[in-house]
Amino acid sequence: MTMQVERPKLTIWERTYLPQILHGLWLTLKHIPQRKFTRQYPEEKPPLHGAYRGAPTLVKDPEGRVKCVSCQLCEFVCPPKAIRITPRARPEDVPDANVEKEPEDFVIDMLRCIYCGYCEEVCPEEAIFLKQDFAIAGYTREELRFHKEKLLELGGVQPDSIWKWKFKGAPPLDAPGAPKREGAGRKG
Amino acid sequence: MIPLLLIHLIKIACVIGVMLGIVAYTVLAERKICAWMQDRIGPNRVGPFGLLQPVADGLKFIFKEDVLPHHVNKVYFTLAPMIAMIPALITIAVVPWGSQLVIPSVSHDPIPGVIANLNVGILFVFAISSLGVYGIVLAGWSSNSKYPFLGGIRSSAQMISYEVCLGLSVVPVFMQVGSLNLMKVVEYQAQHTWLGFTQPLSCFIFLVSAFAETNRLPFDLPEAEQELVGGYHTEYSSMKFAMFFLGEYAAMFMASALMATLFFGGWSLPFAPFNAPAQTLTVGLIHIGIFLAKVCGFLFFFIWVRWTIPRFRYDQLMTLGWKIFIPLTLLNILISGVVLAVITK
Repeated sequence: MTMQVERPKLTIWERTYLPQILHGLWLTLKHIPQRKFTRQYPEEKPPLHGAYRGAPTLVKDPEGRVKCVSCQLCEFVCPPKAIRITPRARPEDVPDANVEKEPEDFVIDMLRCIYCGYCEEVCPEEAIFLKQDFAIAGYTREELRFHKEKLLELGGVQPDSIWKWKFKGAPPLDAPGAPKREGAGRKG
Repeated sequence: MIPLLLIHLIKIACVIGVMLGIVAYTVLAERKICAWMQDRIGPNRVGPFGLLQPVADGLKFIFKEDVLPHHVNKVYFTLAPMIAMIPALITIAVVPWGSQLVIPSVSHDPIPGVIANLNVGILFVFAISSLGVYGIVLAGWSSNSKYPFLGGIRSSAQMISYEVCLGLSVVPVFMQVGSLNLMKVVEYQAQHTWLGFTQPLSCFIFLVSAFAETNRLPFDLPEAEQELVGGYHTEYSSMKFAMFFLGEYAAMFMASALMATLFFGGWSLPFAPFNAPAQTLTVGLIHIGIFLAKVCGFLFFFIWVRWTIPRFRYDQLMTLGWKIFIPLTLLNILISGVVLAVITK
C-alpha cells in the first residue's frame, strides 16, 4: 500500500526561500562569537584516561635501581615480538651483586609495538609500564628502536611495592628486633 | 608639480596594490570567518593571529610544481587563467573609490577619485567582466577531461544567463540617475538618497546575480567540489590555479565595489561633510576609507552567505534566473519608468 505524504502548503513568502535563508544567516552569525572547540594540539594535549596504553617504558625504584631483572617474560609474551632483552649478571662490585640479573640492553621497537599492555601485565617485578605518550615520531627506523637508557628516561621512578632489596640480609621475620615489614609483598 | 601621466600611474599602482592586498586578505578572512561559524579558531600559526597566512599561501603557490598534463591544449590551457583574472582587475578602473583628492602641491586641479572617469562606466564594467567567462570556459575545454568540461559548460550557461539579469537589474538605477557614469551615480546618491532604498528590487536582484557571476555559493556550480572535483580548475596547479583563485576573489571584490557604488552611496555618507566631493585632503581620504569599509562589508556578506546556504541544483539555478529574475527585472523597469514619469511630470 502506498502512503501519501502530506506536503506542507507553503505560502508565497516561504516559497521564495528567503525566510529560511535569513534564518540560516542568523544562525551562522550567532556562532561567530560562541566558544570555540578547537584544541591547539601541540600546546594543548588531549585529556587521556588514566588507563590509557601509550608507549611502554622501563622504571626505576626510588633508590635508583633498574627494576627489570631480565626474566624475559615480556619478551616471550609480546605478540608482535617488539621486545629484545640482553640479560647479564649484576657486576660483582655493586652491593646487591648475585641477587638478580639485570638487562644489559632492553630494546623496544616502537614501530612493532601494538600497545597491548601484555608486557606490563606479565611483569613480575612491575618494571615495565605503559605511559601516556602517544606521539612517538622519528626520522629513521633505528631512531624508533628505543634502548634501555631511553626507556628508563621515559619511565621515571615508580614506588617500590615489593621491597625485596630493602630486606636482603635482614633478620628472619620472627626474630626479636626485626624491622617492621610494612608493605611487604604486593600492595592492595 | 607632477605631470598628469605620473599621477595616473601612481593612482593605478595604488588601486591595484590595495585591491590585490584586500583580495589576499579576503582569502584569510574567508578561512577565519568560516572557522568561527563552525566553532573553530581558523589559521592562527603564521604571524600574530595568522595575519601572515596570505604570504605563506603565496610562497607555497610559487614553489609548487606547475603540472602541465600531456592531454591538454597547451596554448589555451595557459591562456585561460590569465583571461580569468585580468577582467576583474581591469574593471576596477571605472569604479570611483573616492570623491577627489585636493593636493595643491601636486596638481592644480583636484585629482578625481577614479582611474578612468568614463561616461559609459557601467557598460564598460559589463563588457569587460563578461570576458571573464571565457577564462572559465577555455579552462574547462582545454583541460580535455570530463570534470573540467562539465564545469566549463555549467559556467558558460550560468554566467551568460545571469549576465542578462545583472544588466537588466541596473537599468532602473540609471533611469533614475540619468547617467551611466559611476561618478555621477555616486554624486546623485550623495545628494539624494542611496539607490538601495529607492530601488530595493534592483538591489536584491543585482546582489543575487553577482553571486552567480562570481561563482560563489550558493551558485558555485562550475566548481562544485563535491560533484565535479574542482570543476574547471581540476587540472590546474601551482600559480595557474592561484590565478583562478585570485580571479574569483578579485571578481568578488569588484562585485562588492559595484554594490557599494550603485546602491549604497559609494564613497558618501548621508550627512555633511561626507555627502559632497571633498574640499580638503583629510575628507578625501576619509571618503576612500568609507568606500573601502562598504566594500569590506559586502565581502563579509559574500563570505557569510557562502558558509550558510547550500548549493542550488542546476535546474533550480536556471529557473531562478530565466523564469523569475528576468521577468521581475523587466517588471521593475516598467514600474520604475511609470513612477519616474509621474514624479517628474
